Amino acid sequence: MTSATINYETMEQKPITTALAVRNLSVFFGTNQVLKSVSLDIAPRAVTAIIGPSGCGKSTFLRALNRMHELNPDARMTGEIQLFGDDIYARTVEPVVVRRRVGMVFQKSNPFPTMTISENVTVGLRLNGVRDKKLLAERTEQSLRMAALWDEVKDRLNTAAISLSGGQQQRLCIARALAVQPEVLLMDEPASALDPLATSKIEDLILDLKKSYTIVIVTHNMQQAARASDFTAFFYLGELVEFGTTTKIFTSPSQKRTEDYVTGRFG
Amino acid sequence: MNVTGNNVKKNSSGVSHFGDDAFKWLTLLMACSVFVLIALIGFELFNGARPSIHKFGFHFLISSSWDPVNDVFGALPYIFGTLVTSFIALLIAVPLSIATAVFLTELAPLWLRQPLIMFIELLAAIPSVILGFWGFYVMVPWLHDHVYPFLRSGGGFLPFFQGPDHGPCILSAGIILAVMIIPIITSVSREILRSVPGLQREAAYALGATRWEVTRIAVLSYAKRGLFGAVILGLGRALGETMAVTMLIGNAPYIGASVFAAGQTLASVIANEFTEATDPMYSGALFEVGLVLLGVTLLVNALARLLLVTFAGPRMKPQN
Amino acid sequence: MIAANHKARQIKDVLMQVGACVCAILVVAPLVLIFYHLIKLGFSSINWEFFTQLPKAVGETGGGMGNAIVGTFILLGQAAIIGVPVGVLGGVFLSEYGTPKFNWWLRFAADILNGVPSIVWGLVVYGLVVIPMHGFSALAGGIVLGLMMIPLVMRTTEEVLHLVPAGYREAALALGVSKWKTVLQIVVRTALKGIVTGVLLAIARVSGETAPLLFTALGNNTWAQNLKQPIAALPLQIFNYAMSPYDDWHRQAWAAALVLLLLVLFINIGVRFLTRDRWKSKV
Repeated sequence: MTSATINYETMEQKPITTALAVRNLSVFFGTNQVLKSVSLDIAPRAVTAIIGPSGCGKSTFLRALNRMHELNPDARMTGEIQLFGDDIYARTVEPVVVRRRVGMVFQKSNPFPTMTISENVTVGLRLNGVRDKKLLAERTEQSLRMAALWDEVKDRLNTAAISLSGGQQQRLCIARALAVQPEVLLMDEPASALDPLATSKIEDLILDLKKSYTIVIVTHNMQQAARASDFTAFFYLGELVEFGTTTKIFTSPSQKRTEDYVTGRFG
Repeated sequence: MNVTGNNVKKNSSGVSHFGDDAFKWLTLLMACSVFVLIALIGFELFNGARPSIHKFGFHFLISSSWDPVNDVFGALPYIFGTLVTSFIALLIAVPLSIATAVFLTELAPLWLRQPLIMFIELLAAIPSVILGFWGFYVMVPWLHDHVYPFLRSGGGFLPFFQGPDHGPCILSAGIILAVMIIPIITSVSREILRSVPGLQREAAYALGATRWEVTRIAVLSYAKRGLFGAVILGLGRALGETMAVTMLIGNAPYIGASVFAAGQTLASVIANEFTEATDPMYSGALFEVGLVLLGVTLLVNALARLLLVTFAGPRMKPQN
Repeated sequence: MIAANHKARQIKDVLMQVGACVCAILVVAPLVLIFYHLIKLGFSSINWEFFTQLPKAVGETGGGMGNAIVGTFILLGQAAIIGVPVGVLGGVFLSEYGTPKFNWWLRFAADILNGVPSIVWGLVVYGLVVIPMHGFSALAGGIVLGLMMIPLVMRTTEEVLHLVPAGYREAALALGVSKWKTVLQIVVRTALKGIVTGVLLAIARVSGETAPLLFTALGNNTWAQNLKQPIAALPLQIFNYAMSPYDDWHRQAWAAALVLLLLVLFINIGVRFLTRDRWKSKV
């Protein structure tokens, strides 16, 4: 499936087949270069997994996709990232706007403890000025259903979010991210802090979500990458070593380093 | 392990045991001084206040007649003055302190933070009498000329801003108290805001929140209870303040709505009148005022510590 | 894709940031203003006369505060004699001995004492010392300041001792060094800088106290002769002169305030300078 951008000057339509086009992305923290000229295309409505040993820059890469690395005052980047044709690092673009379009779920679930379940889900919408109670309620149900949490919490939407279990809290965070209807969902090792049962629920969820969302997931769990993703990118020491369909990466990688990693020879 | 070393010490049970025990008992004795001091404080205050407690009983707290000539004493005006000046101080200090704490933890550039923190801690070190002196001769005249007229004209419909004033008054005392408690509220609030997990902030940022919204949702909300504890701690400090308040409050017992009136607090009445209190009933009354002041301060401080401990755990130690 | 209220949110964001900055400036302003006024009004009066002369009679111009300055040092000396040994050794007990439960009560008591208003301390020592001695005295003033120092020094000493790694103690004990020597010569010596810091800060704190001295030391216009007489002190002198109707006394009070403030700030900044390694990470 394709979307398109329209150049209003020439009235030319260009089909887009990438959700996020990354070109020569380099990220520096102070003098330390963490990502070295990474280029790849994230396909829409698919799951792209980012794998690699610790310290290879995969989290930094993910955070560059929604400008979250800018929270670190020493961070600098060069290169370009286009979100469905829009340069997200253009001078006129604010990080706040980018983060509305590109949502994020973190390694450790972080619901806001002073808010109820429904307040957590709708916080993004309310920040954007949505006041209509009916719309908020609808979106709450919709997002919680998409996060496979609705049935478990539908009777206690007004209880504290922290009363949920770890796995439930993480799904709540996913619902919270989905409620603002982002175009892309970034997930930074979303199941690493969870038990196997909760983990598999999250993985099922991801397979479900990719029908409507573009998902980029960082994981150090290779079985998870193999199971849940369509494309895989292998990073090593800040460089993109190889990128391709998951099947290819795991069965017949072109690079030796990739092969060593996926067969468990290091990392 | 066997021959080397002077195991003589270890084996002769006399010397090292004695040293250890003696030292331990010495330090224990010194540490127990705190218990002794508390007992002493309680004893001296009750002892000194005995004539007054005996004569007035509970009435002391609700009566407002303070007549040294006829030996009739009631502390209500001073309780009123203490509460009102502290309330005014909080009203001014809390927004400023918390905003400053937010500035220090979230917004200020890194190079600015340490100097600013140092400035605030130096502000806390300024002796009360110097603040009172400066307040009396510099701040109050300035307020009297430039601020109070505005309050009077703009807010004159409120009973608070009516009535004559001559500079030193309840409002002036409240303002200088605010200056004095801002450092402690700011530094404790800062510690509390710093302890909010970064992950909370990131969650808000990731939703596309602006800096202020992140602070509001992820930091201030989270830290509510701790911040409240910081405020109560500031209140505790304000209640016990003596010199600056004495110099700026106007020194007349007062219960009423005007903040421009001269007033008196529990601490300032003791400071003002104790050296003149020649007969035992008079000094007894002042001792009793001290007792009331101590009681209120201790309660408020205990509440503050309770709040801070439940928020941040036992390691949170509010600086004194 | 940009929400309707985006502009409003942006404006609010900027306003709040500016507001926080303004508040920070307002908070720091009094320190700057006070310094400015003290220097402006008091600097010119700081001269040799100020430091060496006695106050002149009421209404006469001239004179100095030599006795008050000396008096302050005498009071602080006494306070240190009481406060330092008791406070430091008490802090040692809290850190190295005792049981968790007992020590909890000790800390609780120390914290209560730290919250006692200074004027209440004055009342207590009045009953404790002034009445039995039938008069105000330097001794009473020294005692009240010393007692106030005890809980302060105890808590800071304990904190600093806690920072000494357990490994040091274990190494010494394993070598067969007796416990009390371990504590004194290893633990306390390692933490000495911090302990001294705490003591200095406590001294700076009580040096500015006026309220407790109002009815213990009382004040005096002559040089201190012995400890059983009332004694002058800088904060007391400032208070009395400031509240008087004489301009000349006001002038001297500004000078005294400047001297006192410089003393207090000097100690505070000096201490900060000495412990600056500890501060590097605290942002």
